[in-house]
This record gives sequence, structure tokens and C-alpha cells, in this order.
Amino acid sequence: MTNNKTKKKRVYLDYAATTPVDKAVVKSMLPYFTEKFGNPASIHSAGTEANKALEKAREIFANYLSCDLSEIFFTSSATESNNWALKGIARAYKNKGNKIIVSSVEHDCVLNSAKWLSQNGFEIEYAPVDEFGTVDLEKLKKMITKETILVSIMHSNNEIGTLQPVKEIGEICKEKGVLFHTDAAQSFGKMPINLKKVNIDLLTASSHKIYGPKGVALLYIRKGTLIEPLLHGGGHERGKRSSTSNVAGIVGFAKALELCLKEMQDEKLRQTQLRDKIIKNILKNIPNSHLNGHPKNRLFNNVNMRFDFIEGEALMMELDNKGIEVSTVSACASSTLQFSHVLLACGIEEKYAQGTIRISLGRYTTEKDVDYLLEVLPKAVEKMRKISPLNVENWKM
Amino acid sequence: MYTDKVLEYFRKPKNLGKIKDADGVGKVGNLACGDMMYLYIKIKKDGKKEIISDVKFQTFGCVAAIATSSAITDMVKGKTIEKALELSKDSIIESLDGLPPIKIHCSVLATEALAEAIYDYLSKNKRPIPESLQKKHDQVIKSNEILEEKYEEWVEHQEE
Repeated sequence: MTNNKTKKKRVYLDYAATTPVDKAVVKSMLPYFTEKFGNPASIHSAGTEANKALEKAREIFANYLSCDLSEIFFTSSATESNNWALKGIARAYKNKGNKIIVSSVEHDCVLNSAKWLSQNGFEIEYAPVDEFGTVDLEKLKKMITKETILVSIMHSNNEIGTLQPVKEIGEICKEKGVLFHTDAAQSFGKMPINLKKVNIDLLTASSHKIYGPKGVALLYIRKGTLIEPLLHGGGHERGKRSSTSNVAGIVGFAKALELCLKEMQDEKLRQTQLRDKIIKNILKNIPNSHLNGHPKNRLFNNVNMRFDFIEGEALMMELDNKGIEVSTVSACASSTLQFSHVLLACGIEEKYAQGTIRISLGRYTTEKDVDYLLEVLPKAVEKMRKISPLNVENWKM
Repeated sequence: MYTDKVLEYFRKPKNLGKIKDADGVGKVGNLACGDMMYLYIKIKKDGKKEIISDVKFQTFGCVAAIATSSAITDMVKGKTIEKALELSKDSIIESLDGLPPIKIHCSVLATEALAEAIYDYLSKNKRPIPESLQKKHDQVIKSNEILEEKYEEWVEHQEE
């Protein structure tokens, strides 16, 4: 997206972090702040009006996922949904067993929920992945025992974009009689997800990744699944998630999904082409560069590259200086100075992957933006390499 | 997050590069933690005084690491060895109008690189090493060993 209002050229290539709210989405939300402000829990006309909007939104999600209206629960964030899925299932099924399996490449909100559970009587096991970040199905199968109550494996990875074999994982879980939760924050709205065809018991999705507002998300919970609420109160969301409904946010989230569905096929084609153009060009034109994640089986908007001899935060800031916004997972750039657990799980040694950046595309990314990136990036890498004492000769000594 | 001064040093680093016939070289840091600094010094004698006549750096690291190494070269150029050794991390941070708390270690690394370069010069010329410099040198060596060990342990742990 190029911002013409400011003089400095701005190319936003961090759509996996968040997306701008689509103007049509903003428009759909506005009435629910002012004239249609009612509380859906009230039974008078204002409340009924708001409730109708809420249920209409729920229908849009249920149609997309091929599930029942009563299986959609609105929350405030993917973090909340993931916390709820893990902690809520753990508490509801604690008499069945105490083992939970998560993949080693999950988002921090799943990993840290699991960690919290491990300090509260549950045993957490980490399903390993291969060099591309794909969960090893055979190993997963062997890990599931009769003590296992839940398997939580993401639909696609937020850092490296690798798509997980959720269909197969669902089948394994069904066969073994354990629940399967998937964090679909990065996949939702980008591809069809049919819960009639794929065995998923719980699914997390978020609004702000699909051009909807921040502060809205959902958790799909299959009918018949027991779950303890995280939030107790007035009994909203059929007694499972109390809090006055964020009507405007939910309406916007639904509108955002509708827009994504309308353009899904076209955008998949368009962004895949841009993605592959970037990857091919970088690998060809920048020596000592590598692709992280799966070469084909990845989100259509995700590029994750590492460059030898340099560090990611510096490269990211050099690109920012030229108006290009990307993200990095280098240790230096994180608030804890911890390196990416995802790359580590893929067997990529921390030492040699500090120069990693993620470029993620979106609805407003143009071919021109991509060409600008491909013009600027080689120079930026070159500049950082000039500053660095490392080179082909002293690398990996 | 970063001050304008930090960004300025980062965008236009001063004294960047290598001195081929350097009188002293300081190499500090570690790939695993994402910071590595090489500092090269050239010494000119002026009567009894020894002056850092030229200084250059090469850094692998984040914005703060590059900015602090660039800043320290600016600050010590033309100074006597004694004066250069007095330079603290705080004065580097001050010259940059501050650093984010999590990046303070970058300024420490810069002072260590300088100390190591001076140590290298003095020991190559078989000159007495001031006690405080010897201490600093031992510390650098030790902390690097600990880091290496930690990293090795950690890699082994991951491979299990």
C-alpha cells in the first residue's frame, strides 16, 4: 500500500502482523456505534436490533465454516480464543487425562497457555516438525496416549507460512479419540475451511488479519464439546463467554470475511504470483540468501528469507528507512532477546539465522510495490554486509 | 524506539571498515546473541603520548550495535590511550541521547571492543597492561566462554 499523502514512500509488507481495516468494513460498523447502539442482551427494540445484527454476523461465519450457528463464539482476540481453547478444554476434561500436545511452532499465546497449564497439573508435549515446519504425523500419532485430551496444532504458521496437514491431523485425532484445536488466525478467510469435511473440534480466527477491526475474534467449538468458560458473568454467548457483545466489531469482522470470500480465488492467484516473484528474485539476485519454510506448501502471502552475515533488525530498519515495512524474528529485535522458536524447531541454527525477515503481502500490495522492494532489498542487504565483519570466508568457522 | 541520533549513526555510520595494518584489533561478541564487533586502531606516538590516530569498525548486529560502535569510534579518534580507556558505556549512551534499556548491552560491547583493541596493541608491543584493562580483558574472555558453553548446551538440548 503506497501512502501518497506523506512525502515519504511507504510500502507496507507486514500484513501477517495486521491489516488496515477495509473502508467497506468501517462503513458497515458505523451505525452500531451510534443509532444502532443497543445491547443485544436487552429484549427491547434497540436490543433486538443489535441482536439481529449479531446473529446475522454469526451466520456468515457458520456458512463459511459449514458449521452450526450455535458453534460460533465471539471473543476479543485470537489470544483469548487460544487461551480459552487450551485452558477451557483442560479443565473440562481433567478427569479423562492430563496430557496436551501442541506443536513446537505454535504462536506464543498457545505455547504460553500450555506452559501455564504445565504449572497447574497438566503435562505438555511438543509435536516436532521437519525442516519446513510441517508437523511429523507419524511422531504425532505415537505421542497420543489414553491420557491425551487435546491436540493443538495451528492451521498455518504466522512466521514461515507453512500450512499444516490439518486434514490428516484431524483424522488421527478422531481415530485416537482426542480433541483437535487449530489456531487458524493466518489461514482464516484466505482459503476454504469446511468443518464438515475436516475433523476439527475447536478453531481460532481473528478479525484484524483479514481487514477487519482489532479486538474481535472467534472460537468455533463443535457441538457436544465440553469447555469451561474463562470469563464468568452475565452468561453471554450461551453462557460460555460473558461480556457485553462487541456488536460493531463483530459486524465489521463478518463484513471483512464476506469481502475476503468474494475475492478469495483472485487474490490467491494474484498474491501467489507476487510471492513467488519475490522469492525467485531474491534467491537469484542476492547471494547467500535462503528461504525459510516450505517452498510450495505455504500461505500465499508469506515470504520468509534469511540472509547470511547480517542481522535482521538492522536490515528491517534499513528497509524502513526506504519506506518498506517488514518484520523480523532476530533475537536482537525481540523484547526478550530470544530467537525465533519456529526457526529453531525447523532445525535452523540460531547463529546462522539472525538475518531473517518476513515479508507478508496483502490486498493492497501492487506489482509496483513488489518491484520497489526488489530494487531496494539487494542494496540494503549489500549495505549491511559492508558494515558486517562476516563474509563467506569467516562464516560457519 | 530509537533516538534520532541512533538512527543517524545507523544510517550513515562513521569510520566504517577495516584498517589493514592496524596496530590493535578488538574482536568481541558472539554470533549466537546476534552482536559481533571488530574494532581496529592505529596508534601514533607524540612524544610520550600515544594517540589513537585512526579507528575503524565492522559490526554484525542490530541498529543499536551499529550505532554504538560507530559512536565510540567518533569519540576516541584523536584521544590518548589513557583517555580512551576512561570512556564509559554511559558516555556513549549519552552521546546517542539514550538507548532502549534492552539495548544497553550493545554499548557495553562497544567499550569492550575498544578495550580489547588497546589490549591487543599493548600486548603485541610487550608493554605493561594496566590492572583495570587486564581485568576487563579477562572478563571479556570469560563471558565469551560462558556464552559459547551455554549455546553449545542449548544446541545439544534442542537436538535431544
